[in-house]
Amino acid sequence: MNNPDQKEYRFTRDSLRKKFRLSEFLSEKIITGVAFLSITIIVLIFFFVFKESLPIFRSEKKAAVKVESIQKQEQYGVDTSVTSNASGQEQYGVTTKDTLMIENQAPERDTVAHGSEQATLKSLVGKQWLPVSDNPRYGLIPLIVGTLKITLIAMLFAAPIAILAALFSASFAPYWLREIIKPAIELLAGFPSVVIGFFALMVMASFFQNIFGYDGRLNAFVGGVAMALAAIPIIFTITEDALTAVPRTYTEASLALGATRWQTALFVTLPAATPGIFAAILLGIGRVFGETMIALMATGNAAMISANPFESVRTLAATIGAEMAEVVFGDTHYSVLFLIGSLLFIFNFSLNAMAEFWVKGKLVKRFQGKQS
Amino acid sequence: MKETKIKTKNLTLFYGAKMALNSISVDIPENEVTAFIGPSGCGKSTFLRTLNRMNDLIPGVKITGEVLVDSLNIYDKQIDVVNLRKKIGMVFQKSNPFAKSIFENVAYGPRINGITDRKKLEEIVERSLKNAFIWEEVKDRLHDSAMGLSGGQQQRMCIARTLAVEPEIILMDEPASALDPISTAKIEELIFELKKNYTIVIVTHNMQQAARVSDLTAFFYLGELIEFGKTKKIFTSPDKKQTEDYITGRFG
Ligand SMILES: Nc1ncnc2c1ncn2[C@@H]1O[C@H](COP(=O)(O)OP(=O)(O)OP(=O)(O)O)[C@@H](O)[C@H]1O
Ligand SMILES: [Mg+2]
Repeated sequence: MNNPDQKEYRFTRDSLRKKFRLSEFLSEKIITGVAFLSITIIVLIFFFVFKESLPIFRSEKKAAVKVESIQKQEQYGVDTSVTSNASGQEQYGVTTKDTLMIENQAPERDTVAHGSEQATLKSLVGKQWLPVSDNPRYGLIPLIVGTLKITLIAMLFAAPIAILAALFSASFAPYWLREIIKPAIELLAGFPSVVIGFFALMVMASFFQNIFGYDGRLNAFVGGVAMALAAIPIIFTITEDALTAVPRTYTEASLALGATRWQTALFVTLPAATPGIFAAILLGIGRVFGETMIALMATGNAAMISANPFESVRTLAATIGAEMAEVVFGDTHYSVLFLIGSLLFIFNFSLNAMAEFWVKGKLVKRFQGKQS
Repeated sequence: MKETKIKTKNLTLFYGAKMALNSISVDIPENEVTAFIGPSGCGKSTFLRTLNRMNDLIPGVKITGEVLVDSLNIYDKQIDVVNLRKKIGMVFQKSNPFAKSIFENVAYGPRINGITDRKKLEEIVERSLKNAFIWEEVKDRLHDSAMGLSGGQQQRMCIARTLAVEPEIILMDEPASALDPISTAKIEELIFELKKNYTIVIVTHNMQQAARVSDLTAFFYLGELIEFGKTKKIFTSPDKKQTEDYITGRFG
């Protein structure tokens, strides 16, 4: 029972002088910066959406000017889709549809050559999705690849931002600020995705085009970032809950051992909340996976297999959304769309089940003992 | 009497508008065990937590007066709270192991202090666990989750975790209140050993425990320090009527 090397045990001003901890300083600033930046951007986007609708309420002359400029913007949107028929209000509705039709190659024409069932089944694992051509091919691979690609892009953006923002809110923000951030972001979770899609189509697409200089205005990247906007509130909320659910005694134990706030957040709070954060990410993936409107509006909807994030993609959900009006009841195409629906359902169901049961079980274990 | 380690002067604390401590002045000697007793809600924990500035974390806390450790005012603006807490360890009422292995729990303090050498960490962990009298019970399961230990073992592991940082003062807030008599006896024995090297302040509701382990006893009531002195004296012939009533169980 002897102490290590009987060192001089005294409290002195020198040994306790305030220290500047660079890593502490940097990490706190970075975390605060990211949190604030992302929150500001998200809030600004929603303000922008409202702001752009204001001209309607101004004098008529001004409104006319504005409409014209909106039409001009609309033209950009059409660039890729080759046709730009008639201008005017109706166009809004038509534009995206047009784009879709073109990629479908041939509109409406009744499927002439039905391959045998065998052929259909085989084509399911093929690389081409041409449901309404003369020789229809229902290859799901490009759709699945497209969906995974856009999910990956969305998660690469959404997960770090949402988790850092949640960490900031749960561990660093003063109480009053937390009381503002949390409900504000939770409100955003209920924002209709069609508005986000519209914003992505109109503004983000051009914005990113200017930065990266890609050709196709609408592509996986734009779609992915837009979907990240939809997923951030979900991931944030659940992560925040998981972080605040970490017992306060943990934080106190860590601080009482002489850990800084940052060390405590990083080494104690975050690891203790990993199952919850994992659940948050799973649910975020589920959100992106099933998201139809944004995919339809911002991804370009061309079914191709490519690793380039700036190529257009077509997701499973968007495929149903785009083609549902064109299929013939009882047709092979019709069945394939329902097959896609089943796939989506099964996938989302398993994600949610995983988040619910597996993660919860893990949490219980973690806080109540057993092997880890 | 030994040298004074902690000295408070007119320490007053408010939670918002509610006064929780009213002008407390005590001298806590080095290498002795000082016990705080008093009815629930009288401010024992609050006072204990002012000694390592844990109350800083609670919004709306206002503190006036001084806390001097080795005649250094720990509420001085120049003082680094993080380093201060390394020198003044704390053991909580409810054992609070991290959801990590036993080894990682004890190694946490040294690790955040920048010790990465595995050998050295192992040494520190072993020594700390031995000093907390729990080594024999856990040496074969160091890498199992600490959550799987019994309550008493968890509490001793938490003490080991505190020792691993090599503090000079250890504050204990009812460390044995949730434990069975055997574990309690082990903790008391441990406190007895620890006071050779550390200054110990312990909050307890258990009169026999205070009488057994402490050298000095302070009796708090409604945020005031009623009486402070040698444990023997407090328990045999207290000066104040209130103290006597509380100790003999005739209180309230
Ligand atoms: N965070 C807080 N905010 C507001 N009031 C508090 C807070 N913590 C404690 N108090 C109040 O301060 C007073 C002293 O509390 P404290 O926890 O110090 O009592 P205690 O003597 O440790 O009691 P116990 O023996 O039950 O642990 C109580 O009236 C309590 O309600
Ligand atoms: Mg208490």
